[in-house]
Amino acid sequence: MITAEQKPMQEIIKYIEPYDKILLIGCNECVTVCAAGGRKEVGLLASALKLDRLKHGKTLDIKEITLERQCDPEYVEELVTAIDDADAVLSMACGCGVQTVAARYNNKHVYPAVNTKFMGASLSQGVWAERCQGCGDCMLGITAGICPVSRCSKSLLNGPCGGTSNGQCEIGPDTDCAWRLIWERLKALGLEERYEELVEARDWRPAGGAGPRKIIREDLAL
Amino acid sequence: MENFEPEIVAFCCHYCAYTAADMAGSKRISYPSNVKIIRVPCTGKVDAIHIMKALEKGADGVYVAGCLEGDCHFKNGNTRASNRVARVQKFLEEIGWEKERVEMINMSAGMGEKFARTAHEFTEKIKELGPNPVKQVKKTEIPALV
Repeated sequence: MITAEQKPMQEIIKYIEPYDKILLIGCNECVTVCAAGGRKEVGLLASALKLDRLKHGKTLDIKEITLERQCDPEYVEELVTAIDDADAVLSMACGCGVQTVAARYNNKHVYPAVNTKFMGASLSQGVWAERCQGCGDCMLGITAGICPVSRCSKSLLNGPCGGTSNGQCEIGPDTDCAWRLIWERLKALGLEERYEELVEARDWRPAGGAGPRKIIREDLAL
Repeated sequence: MENFEPEIVAFCCHYCAYTAADMAGSKRISYPSNVKIIRVPCTGKVDAIHIMKALEKGADGVYVAGCLEGDCHFKNGNTRASNRVARVQKFLEEIGWEKERVEMINMSAGMGEKFARTAHEFTEKIKELGPNPVKQVKKTEIPALV
């Protein structure tokens, strides 16, 4: 999923300072799962923003809406009536959601309330870790299901660097050396010979090196 | 300010703090009437939004009273509640409110004295902090919500 974290309150407060009527929109997808911008978080942020205004002797009119998915035009269309009453929009979705709303309602001021972080997996409740960089050319099939692109700090493709120490990455003791993990798993699976296979220099264009990426499915596109 | 009598919301777990309040009553130990008790089946039921809404509606202080650590009837509801209280405190700090208006307290069902003492101490603390800033605005603008 795409992970996100709420922005510092002061940054959000500054964004909405000039407005009295705010439409605060959450998203029922990734940001709900990582507890950054779902219905619950929308409620909490709305409450905190109201408390902030009240402390300064003012009121804030906030309407809360949580869309099924904020990165799909058909769901964003649902805002069509509510958005007219708002002076500005505050979105708790990832960057994709914020941009979809801004593109559809281009006369409205749209602000992000979260920082979009990375594509990650949940390790345990409340803990998420990066697992994919969307490089566009997945090599998990030859690295025993452990991604060196996202989990090696240098995205090395042919074994660890000299910075690996006791199985940990040199950037810090909390980061496993991805290549240590790959080697251990290859060994456990009896696939050690794969470690010997050299991966040639990658073409990083599918990873974004050739500019913003797009998928067009001819069979689905209208 | 001199006559300020705070309104305090106490979310009390049925298995400990609520029974402790009962115990205080049975023992004829008095505690301030400022404390309004809301009984919950477990403090794990108390969400951050419940605490925020209490403040939004004008409560001067809110505390969540759950079982002693490791004694939750539902295993870890009190730990969850404690984390949520910490989250609300962080929110309050970020917007410049006194985080002391919200607190997590642990006690067992037999601690009637502690319940009363906590109610006294918390009420005194809130008296020192003064009224919830929301009240001033609501008195003039939205009287129906006070």
